[in-house]
Amino acid sequence: MCTYTTETARMNGSAKGPGGAWFHVTDATVYYDHPVHAMADHTLNIDLADPEKGPGARVALELTAASARDLVTAIEAALAAVPEDMLT
Amino acid sequence: MSDTLSAATVMITGADGAEIEAYLARPEGEQDAAARGGVVVIHHMPGYDRATKEMVRRFAELGYDAVCPNLYHREAPGAAPDDAAATARAQGGVPDERLVGDVAGAAAYLRGLDTSNGKVGVIGHCSGGRQAVLAACHLDLQTAVDCYGAFVTGTPPPERAITNLVDQLPNLKAPLLGLFGNEDVHPSPEEVDELEEILKSQGATYELHRYDDAGHGFFAVDRPSYRVAAANDGWERISEFFGNHLS
Repeated sequence: MCTYTTETARMNGSAKGPGGAWFHVTDATVYYDHPVHAMADHTLNIDLADPEKGPGARVALELTAASARDLVTAIEAALAAVPEDMLT
Repeated sequence: MSDTLSAATVMITGADGAEIEAYLARPEGEQDAAARGGVVVIHHMPGYDRATKEMVRRFAELGYDAVCPNLYHREAPGAAPDDAAATARAQGGVPDERLVGDVAGAAAYLRGLDTSNGKVGVIGHCSGGRQAVLAACHLDLQTAVDCYGAFVTGTPPPERAITNLVDQLPNLKAPLLGLFGNEDVHPSPEEVDELEEILKSQGATYELHRYDDAGHGFFAVDRPSYRVAAANDGWERISEFFGNHLS
C-alpha cells in the first residue's frame, strides 16, 4: 500500500547529486513506501535534500528493509570505531 | 472505442482557485464527436508519472475525456514526478480537503468540454483509491472506482497522518466499483469485508471484485506487483462499469 508515515530530520552535510554536483544537504526524509526504481513492492526510502534549492536538489535511496537495517548497522559500526575526540 | 486520441498538459482550476497542471486525453475523430462522459484519474502517491499518464490515455481510447490533476503542482511545479512526490511528502502530503477541491476542479473542467454529456467518474489506485472514495463522498460524481485503496475502512495506526473514511461513507451517492487483491494486507480481505458490509447496510450501488494470486498494486505494469490476469479482468470491469454509468 501507499504508506503515510514520514520521518524527517535536519541534516548538516553534503551529497553528490544531480549532474554529479556536490550540494549542501539540510534535510532528510525517511519513509517506507513504494519505490520508483527498485524492484520491490516497498522500500525504505531516504531523500537527502536542500529544499531551498528546489525539488531536484535531492539524492534518493531506495533500499529493501534488510538492506536499510544493514546500512544502519554499518553506519553505527563506522561511528563506533572513531575515537570520541574526533566526532563532531 | 477509437485509437485516435489527443493528449496534452493543460492547466485547470483546483482547490482554493489555484491553477494546477493536469494531463488531458481525449478521443478524436468524427465518430467521437458525440457527447461522452469524463473520467478524473487520481494519481498514486509516487506521483503524476508515466504509468499514470498511460492510464489517462487508455480512458481516451475507451471513449472518455480523461484528466489527471497533478496533485503536487503546488509543491513542485515543473519537477520530475519522483522529485515532486518526495517534496510533497516532506511537506506533509496532500490534505484530504485539498484533494476534494482538485477533483472538483477536474470534474468541472471535464463538464466544460464541448463533448461532455455532464457525467463524470473518478478512479484511483492505492492512495488514489482511498481518494476516489473520498471525492465521491463529497462531490457530484456519477461513479467511483477504488483500486486497492488502503484505509477506506480499517484502523490506521495512530502515528499515520490519515483517517479512514467510515464516517464519510454515508455520503457516498455514486455507484462504487472496488477492485482488490486477496493477498493484499492493506486493505486486507477483512477490511474489504467491512467496506462491503457498510455499503450493503446503506443500500449503496456497488460491485466489489477480489482477485486470487494478486496483492497490492496489481494494475502496476512497471512493478513486481503486476498481475496480468487480475489487471486484464479489472480493466474489463472498469470498462463495463463506466459504460453503464457514464453513458
